[in-house]
Amino acid sequence: MQKSLHIDPNKCTGCLQCEMACSYENYGAFNISKSRIKVFNFESAGRKVPYTCTQCAEAWCMHACPVDAIRIDAATGAKVVFESTCVGCKVCTIACPFGTVNYVADTGKVQKCDLCGGQPACAEACPTGAITYVESDWTGLGKMRQWAEKTDTQPRA
Amino acid sequence: MAWAKKILRVNLSKGTCASEPLNMEWAQQYLGQRGLATKYLVAETDPKVDPLSPENKMIMTTGPLTGTMASTGGRYSVVTKGPLTGAIACSNSGGYFGAELKMAGWDMIIFEGKSPKPVYLWLENDKAELRDASHLWGTTTWHTEETIKAAHQDPQIRVASIGRAGENQVLFACVVNDLHRAAGRSGVGAVMGSKNLKAVAVRGTVGVGNVRDFKAFLQATTAAKKVLADNAVTGQGLPKFGTQVLMNVINEVGALPTRNANDVQFEGARKISAEAMHEKRSTDGKANLITNAACFGCTIACGRVSQVDKTHWSVVNSPKYWGATGGLEYENAWSLGAANGVDDLEALTVANMICNEDGMDPITFGATVGAVMEMYQMGVLKKEQIGIESPFGSAQALLEMAHMTAEGRGFGKELALGSARLTKKYGHPELSMTVKGQEFPAYDPRGIQGMGLTYATSNRGACHLRSYTVASEILGVPVKTDPLATDGKPDLVKAFQDATAAFDSSGTCIFTTFAWTLGDLAPQLDAACEGGWTLERLAEVGERIWNMERQYNLAAGLTAKDDDLPKRLKTEPAKTGPAKGMVSGIDKMIPEYYKVRGWTTDGVPTKDTTKRLGL
Repeated sequence: MQKSLHIDPNKCTGCLQCEMACSYENYGAFNISKSRIKVFNFESAGRKVPYTCTQCAEAWCMHACPVDAIRIDAATGAKVVFESTCVGCKVCTIACPFGTVNYVADTGKVQKCDLCGGQPACAEACPTGAITYVESDWTGLGKMRQWAEKTDTQPRA
Repeated sequence: MAWAKKILRVNLSKGTCASEPLNMEWAQQYLGQRGLATKYLVAETDPKVDPLSPENKMIMTTGPLTGTMASTGGRYSVVTKGPLTGAIACSNSGGYFGAELKMAGWDMIIFEGKSPKPVYLWLENDKAELRDASHLWGTTTWHTEETIKAAHQDPQIRVASIGRAGENQVLFACVVNDLHRAAGRSGVGAVMGSKNLKAVAVRGTVGVGNVRDFKAFLQATTAAKKVLADNAVTGQGLPKFGTQVLMNVINEVGALPTRNANDVQFEGARKISAEAMHEKRSTDGKANLITNAACFGCTIACGRVSQVDKTHWSVVNSPKYWGATGGLEYENAWSLGAANGVDDLEALTVANMICNEDGMDPITFGATVGAVMEMYQMGVLKKEQIGIESPFGSAQALLEMAHMTAEGRGFGKELALGSARLTKKYGHPELSMTVKGQEFPAYDPRGIQGMGLTYATSNRGACHLRSYTVASEILGVPVKTDPLATDGKPDLVKAFQDATAAFDSSGTCIFTTFAWTLGDLAPQLDAACEGGWTLERLAEVGERIWNMERQYNLAAGLTAKDDDLPKRLKTEPAKTGPAKGMVSGIDKMIPEYYKVRGWTTDGVPTKDTTKRLGL
């Protein structure tokens, strides 16, 4: 069963535990500037929105890569950057419609979410359930349940 | 070793920025943030210095857990000599600025001297430079933050700045970061203004990588987060209602100082409470509260995000106040509301915004308005002097006074003095609800006796955040004590003061202590830092810090006489509620407190005490 990161911005408080967890997982330090998931703060609307790669089935970054440095992890379905192959040409960063592949000047390579091999650190660190790791085919299940609860089709006494 | 082990020294007179190693011997004795920065201030400045002179220094400081995954690990403090109090000032703030400073690779910044012209510090990892801020001078903190981010074309920069209040050296000006988080009390923003330092802008991409034992650290922080999540206050009460959860509670126990502490209960409390913030307005069908929000790393998320009614008279012609922004915390709802008898939630929210926008401490500002309103009622101050009719309960007067103080015009220049100086000027010093020149916050010592001792002995002037005995006396954390009793309070206050000093030196937030004890903090610090950090050691560090601050204040010229409460609290009994007929028992508690502290009857730490603490 394939799983996906599922994000519910209404539950996000902007604590950035996800960004710290991501950077620690990948770089061994608490360094939010290196996080592959970013929380955006829409100040005047009072909204905070975590955003990261959605792992497109037809991944444009992967198709755009001229050296095949982005490959599918068969276990998770994640599109993973192989740093040893990546030449830092950044074509993938142009190809991605969502901006979730980014260049890292320190390494000269690109980085993107790789689902941490099936145990995403961001989801584990999120204290409010704004980021969860759920069955890909049913990312809408929670929302469906919420709406289902609101329907009123029972005959009234 | 979660310290960055590096401090930045900025000489504003010479325009130089230099890196130097952190004194690690001191770090072992004073931990970080509040304790360590105070140690630097004590070592480098004369306690008798004029707080607003170039000879005073201002330190922005993080703790070892700032910028880590420890819950609430995003705090920083501004340490200096306070112009409101003439005592040590140490104001703590959340938001994201502190963590960014740490992630840029710095434990603290020491500002010294005075710049010949307005400047801001631009700090990008190890690159530090002073830049011209003449175009920012005379503008608000909101405008400053926006302008700096735009100029550097980087929305990820974090900014701490002063507004016009700090520039004008309003004695209760604060330093505002991330638009609505503030190092709020004792006038630290006025010190920043006196140095012609408009802002500090930081971008940090180095990160915090030198945690002593990452595996143990993640285990300890995860366990501590669970303690917060499982606790009724930090897991449910604070996220849902914020600190405002207290408004109705404190009113019911008869400890809500009302109309300049003439009363201890406010008939309008419910209208300005957390519950009211959740209710839909009759005007536009929306609630004042939009959502809660967290500071960096915080898994409690007590912060309020509010949006005022656009049709409210106070903002109908001011679109800049229409967006969502920082909402009312309990202290602010009290100081702007109950302290003045104002029960208009929207007006209070706007007054709070003005305080954030131009960098003023709402506690001192609101309490000063309360004193002005009392003098107006007495006929001491007239409409012609203030510029507006100012009876208790007037939201119009409150907002007009907020604007004039923020902008530095008219009677605002007098409000800028704070209530101690203002009431003295007009011949009524007894109307100032202050200790050491600083206004006390939202807990009446007649109804919560421990808070009287807390205020009287607080090293930075009256304050609830030096020993929050409300936790014990009202909420029963860690054990329930009788709020109307004075017995045992000296011991309680000392324990809270020492523990709080340790928390304030760690990089975490004092609000964790509704659930955490030093026993929860110790394993996190020990995994992060070398040196073997135990509960006992932290308690000792806290006591050492407290006594060091005390010695600084004594050297600055304060004496035991300054450990006292306003006369009103000692002579005018509470009129209603459970504390009806009570006055503060401060005079009974002080001698016992000195004894518990190991101080002389004059409040001076004895040789044995200083020797034991290595001072």
